[in-house]
Amino acid sequence: MSLLEVNALRVRLRGPDGPVEAVRGVSFSLDRGQTMGLVGESGCGKSMTALALLGLLPEGGLLHGSVRFEGRELTQLSDRELCRLRGNRIAMVFQEPMTALNPLHSIGRQIAEPLCLHRGLSSEAARGVAGELLHRVGMPDARARLDAYPHQLSGGQRQRALIAMALACEPDLLIADEPTTALDVTIQAQILELIVDLVHERGMALILISHDLGVIAETVERVAVMYAGRIVEMGPVATVFGRLAHPYSRGLFAAIPRIGGGRSGGGRGRLAAIPGRVPDLAALPTGCAFADRCGHAQPVCRLAEPPPLAVGPEHWAACGRLDAVLASDG
Amino acid sequence: MSVFLARRLATLLATLLFTSLVVFLVLEVLPGDPAEVILGTEATAETLAALRAKLGLDRPAAERYVTWVAALATGDFGLSHAYSQRIWPLIAERMAVTLPLAVMAMVLTTVLALLLGVYAAAHHNKPADAAIMAVSQLGISIPSFWFAILLILLFAVELGWFSAGGFPGWSKGFWPALQALVLPAAALALVQAAILARITRSAVLETMREDYVRTARAKGLGRDRVLWRHVLRNALVPVVTIMGLQFGNLLTGTIVIEQVFTLPGLGRLVFQAISNRDLALIENVTVLFAFIVVSINFLVDLLYAAIDPRLKARDV
Repeated sequence: MSLLEVNALRVRLRGPDGPVEAVRGVSFSLDRGQTMGLVGESGCGKSMTALALLGLLPEGGLLHGSVRFEGRELTQLSDRELCRLRGNRIAMVFQEPMTALNPLHSIGRQIAEPLCLHRGLSSEAARGVAGELLHRVGMPDARARLDAYPHQLSGGQRQRALIAMALACEPDLLIADEPTTALDVTIQAQILELIVDLVHERGMALILISHDLGVIAETVERVAVMYAGRIVEMGPVATVFGRLAHPYSRGLFAAIPRIGGGRSGGGRGRLAAIPGRVPDLAALPTGCAFADRCGHAQPVCRLAEPPPLAVGPEHWAACGRLDAVLASDG
Repeated sequence: MSVFLARRLATLLATLLFTSLVVFLVLEVLPGDPAEVILGTEATAETLAALRAKLGLDRPAAERYVTWVAALATGDFGLSHAYSQRIWPLIAERMAVTLPLAVMAMVLTTVLALLLGVYAAAHHNKPADAAIMAVSQLGISIPSFWFAILLILLFAVELGWFSAGGFPGWSKGFWPALQALVLPAAALALVQAAILARITRSAVLETMREDYVRTARAKGLGRDRVLWRHVLRNALVPVVTIMGLQFGNLLTGTIVIEQVFTLPGLGRLVFQAISNRDLALIENVTVLFAFIVVSINFLVDLLYAAIDPRLKARDV
């Protein structure tokens, strides 16, 4: 049995002009100790997928499909039952360390909170553990920092505090939503390294959400590329990056700036941008959502959602023109 | 922290000095001669001049201002012409009614507003929220003196639980005196509680959208625990700000309410002083009101620092 099995997950949010389908049929599974990345542009539904796993959709959000954690169907649980899992078995690290910590509580108190809640530790015992955790995540002068308030810490230190908080109860699954996006580049590498080390050290499963292909390539074993609420390509990182199959993944890869001017997708000198814009989730076209921006699109692409097609072992892409795209490599 | 305190204290003193100057100048340019008011229109020029000299009105304005402020600073409020007695005991006696009244109204306001506001926010977009908001809208729209009359009709005339007005004095015992203040305090609190409840609700709703609230939920805290542990204290800053302003409103509100309930308070004293043209009394009571309001705001500033550690850090 997999640790996490997500099947045909759909999320409908309340938008300003009526309901919006933010996630449209996402399926994947994850074993204990496995790591996977969700990559895509902002608004592609990757964060909503993560929040749906925790049952923390914004007000008015509706969830369909199935999320099984150790065989338990999470979508059927009450909020009270979910609370026993959150922060305990499944933990999350958020994107903005600046705003994700309560400004009025010391970080020691905030890290100790899940320990008191799930482990029933006294506040003193929890404080001791919090000090150890802060030390483990590389906070300089950890014990003295227990009484520090978030505004007294740097961005990197706050993210370390948030990671310590997520690790407190030794979860089986860690979800990290753009954990390094708000940080300086030098700090980004340190924080990623810390996450990878901790995941291996504790045998956690990891879902890493990022818009940064480089981060994904260096950190996880498997990658899922999301576009307009669906996974369009998925497979082992080495295989996928070795042979990108979906035109959207290719566009995403070609849009990475590279030092030296060499580009994998386009010619020299100019950065390849994906033409057009992300479609409005409230008014998606029928057929492939990427068709309007795709150089390979044919009328057939607009008829129906393309099914996932095998590219290689454990590697698939949902593209109706897969043969033509792969053939274009020559 | 000491810099924070010193800066707030300096602001407090500057505000008081400015208030005293404005009060003095306004009364200076106002037509009408206190000596004439005291002696009546029949008085001869000589007696008027004699009284002016006795009151110090013949001296230049700047000199009189400085003398007045210097006396105020030592706690000397001077003499009331209309009552022919020292002003401070007069004020002190009235304060014993008005201050408890205002504090009681403020406590009532705070308790009502926090309960209703938080409850409404926790039941956002549900019938309870809509009902509380509708009632508070009504509360804001009702003038306090009219609500006071309704309260008198129901609780004093119809049910007979409280007296319709008057004040027995604290010497007659604590409970009878307190009882006499219940209806006026309720009348004063209604509008303020309605306003504060709306502020509380929106502050709580605003805070519930913060990232750290989502973090707290992701830790496994239930909705109620998140509300009490993470939302409420963060939502308190705007609420406390409004409370500070409201205390000032309550003080001035006593002028009307003390008339309705015939309470011998500071508000009534001001009302009578204005009709008597008792300039010395008006000046001093106005500055006293200003002093109370500014002190409350000073207290609010201290509260900010107690609520939010970031404010302490910013000012040091």
